[in-house]
Amino acid sequence: MVKVTVDGIVVDVPPGSNVLQACEAAGKEVPRFCYHERLSVAGNCRMCLVEIEKAPPKPFASCAYPVNEGMVVHTDTPMVKAGRAGVMEFLLINHPLDCPICDQGGECDLQDQAVGYGRDSSRYTEAKRAVKDKDLGPLVKTVMTRCIQCTRCIRFSAEIAGTPELGATARGETMEVGTYVEMALTSELSGNLIDICPVGALTSKPYAFVARSWELKKTDSIDVLDAVGTNIRIDARGPEVLRVLPRLNEDVNEEWLADKGRFAIDGLKRRRLDSVWVKRDGKLQKAAWTDAFAAIDARLKGVAGERIGAIAGDLADAESMLALKELMVSLGSANIDCRVDGAAIDSTRRDFYTFNTSIAGIEEADAILIVGSNPRREAPLVNARILKRRRASRLPIAVIASPADLTYATDNLGDSPDVLASLIDGSHPFAATLKAASKPMIIVGQGALRRADGAAVLAACWQIAAAVGALSDAWHGFNMLHTAAARVGALDLGFVPGNGAKDVAAMMGGGVAAQWLLGADSLDTARTGADTFVIYQGHHGDAGAARADVILPGAAYTEKDGTYVNTEGRVQRGQLAIYPPGEAREDWKILRAFSGYTGKPLPYDTIEALRARLEVVNPVFARLDILPRFGCTDTSGPSAMGGIVGNGKFVDAVPNYYQTDPISRASPTMAACTATYVAPLQAAAE
Amino acid sequence: MTEHAEPTAFAFDAESEAKITTVMAKYPAGKQASAVLPLLDLAQRQMGRATGSAWIPRVAMDVIAARLDMPPIRVYEVATFYLMFNMQPVGKYHLQLCTTTPCWLRGSDEVVAACRKATGIKGWKETSADGLFTMTEVECVGACVNAPILQVNDDFFEDMDAESTEALLAALKRGEYPKPGSVTGRQTSAPEGGPTTLTTLNFPSTSAGAE
Repeated sequence: MVKVTVDGIVVDVPPGSNVLQACEAAGKEVPRFCYHERLSVAGNCRMCLVEIEKAPPKPFASCAYPVNEGMVVHTDTPMVKAGRAGVMEFLLINHPLDCPICDQGGECDLQDQAVGYGRDSSRYTEAKRAVKDKDLGPLVKTVMTRCIQCTRCIRFSAEIAGTPELGATARGETMEVGTYVEMALTSELSGNLIDICPVGALTSKPYAFVARSWELKKTDSIDVLDAVGTNIRIDARGPEVLRVLPRLNEDVNEEWLADKGRFAIDGLKRRRLDSVWVKRDGKLQKAAWTDAFAAIDARLKGVAGERIGAIAGDLADAESMLALKELMVSLGSANIDCRVDGAAIDSTRRDFYTFNTSIAGIEEADAILIVGSNPRREAPLVNARILKRRRASRLPIAVIASPADLTYATDNLGDSPDVLASLIDGSHPFAATLKAASKPMIIVGQGALRRADGAAVLAACWQIAAAVGALSDAWHGFNMLHTAAARVGALDLGFVPGNGAKDVAAMMGGGVAAQWLLGADSLDTARTGADTFVIYQGHHGDAGAARADVILPGAAYTEKDGTYVNTEGRVQRGQLAIYPPGEAREDWKILRAFSGYTGKPLPYDTIEALRARLEVVNPVFARLDILPRFGCTDTSGPSAMGGIVGNGKFVDAVPNYYQTDPISRASPTMAACTATYVAPLQAAAE
Repeated sequence: MTEHAEPTAFAFDAESEAKITTVMAKYPAGKQASAVLPLLDLAQRQMGRATGSAWIPRVAMDVIAARLDMPPIRVYEVATFYLMFNMQPVGKYHLQLCTTTPCWLRGSDEVVAACRKATGIKGWKETSADGLFTMTEVECVGACVNAPILQVNDDFFEDMDAESTEALLAALKRGEYPKPGSVTGRQTSAPEGGPTTLTTLNFPSTSAGAE
């Protein structure tokens, strides 16, 4: 450690730290624009000036100056104050005075620091420069005249997102930040540019002129539009969610949020189910809750338990899934399943279906094999972690999936699973790479499992992990990457068919007389039996509701307190930010009410009681926000279910990142993204 | 960017390729992006040879980016930073007029006026109707002793005045290419009227480029 004195406060900082970090350690605020903890140091805004004793008598940019033993730093001398005021004056020379019409107003670093460190008035009377706005696509709005050229966005797109498309062209007075060639940013993380931009140059296009930051009610929650479990803050005003921002969680999302989680929220206001519907005379008609319960009760009466089934969808919270599971038990049915996509997941052991290495653990890995997954589209923040690791260590990464640009260099081992055998027996050259690695990772995506030989592929992947030494007491290198936020929680609850009971495939085609769909929309409803009575409980009028005989309006993730388990197996809790619209209710309450109607009430009247029940069903639900990492003590793998690995090509689990669930399918912003990013690719592929 | 037609394809010709081989050999593997400046220069010269207009189209920058395994935007950044790279078509003769203080004191205004008169070009960065000339205002080109300087493509024409400028441009229009250097006949940057030191040495007399 290096001893540094900042304004008389002695702090110890690690060698290699910069003076700015030492100042922070001493609790001294240093203004900055270009410096960002997660980006490389540019040192070009000059706002973080400090004075250093026994150094040349001039102000130093603290972000770009390394600490030395015994260094004495001052952050409040007249020289520092004059220096910062001077820098601020220069930054404001070309910055327009348009704060009243700027979306950054109220949460603008430039605004705050101008008040804190700038002069009280401007001495500048000459002409200001103006810069043409750039079209960066449907998500990021630009007002480039406001740009102070800190280059954070350039460094973010190159270093974190891995899509180096932004740059600073020309120079001096004519320097501009942009893409040079007009194009939409192709990153799934582009929304973060809005957060890191210290001024109002890059703002949210869908949120333009919508609200001021101080008008919003802020609620901490969890994103459910992928299985990463990004920690988010929901900003709402009245009955409307206006925007979603990431919260800091070093172990999950650091401080980033993928674009779908940020921008799909306008889908929460469209195609909503806000009243109860019951099919009468072949037509859905509005009804009261009691009518719907009566209709369901009448239809289920006399139907044997094994002719009733329940399917939990991709966005369901653990509480409602448990209530549904126990409702099915009381109806005498074990036909429950959460694997809507038919993925062959073995739920007999928790490490068969979780991302055991953990997302933060990716930063320890030294070789990665990705099977049947495109992490960039399935979990952009997991992909960003892999890129981070790749940039730090150049670790070898091989992919068995359809070729894709994952933002880092990969070894493509083909797109069909027949190469798996040679990786198990060690004859493939990459097997040696994995074996030589001390912490190898195998990442299995849903694309590898949604197929007839899925169980065999899963077993083969485990065997690779065992063969290359990825499974040890200290390191668990077998990882399953999920795409649905509900999936791991459902598997933890045992929301899978009981012994001899029917799975999703068996429940289709008339396998059951009645289906209870809890937000299950990714089903092929054309295959639902013609006589099957479908109860759809959910929040959007999507595929499931279109086929339903009774619709029970539920709450979206922003409208209920819910527990979600991310792909790592991390239990996190979202909170209600706004109330569900119209007649819609929180999902567990609907199930509880129906059980009461049938005279066999579920044994919980409050969410606390339900959560206590969750912990009884599986103790992992007591480990809120904590993810203990386990090694692998039992290397016996999941069962191949008698299947053998075929040679059919892997199909991407997420063909279109922007539309994967009822919320994003209802979102105009996501539709615009699809038109901008996905449609041209599909047209080119045809 | 002003409007101009961008070619849709670009490939280095054999002459450029030969030079690229030499250039690339200077940089170790993995550091090939360092060759971006020489390659941009080669692309601009090849355009000059092939089309008579030495500039760098966007597609050439993309070719260079692919060649050097770097993102295209990194090439755009470099190319737009250096004023010597022309991002739009220029005339066959790129007149680069220094108007920085020494040249200005020695009469660059009259050289500029003469160029405008002879070519009909009104502003900076514009090309004459016949496509022969483009006028660009440049900062100090580092030959102040022989101010004012008129740089034509790679060559300096020195000690210019209105008369010699008109004569030079007339010659260029005729398809001649006068000898670069001082137009007053002085030896490199020696004093006017001949050397005042080292006079015992005998130099071959230098002839004036244009009278």
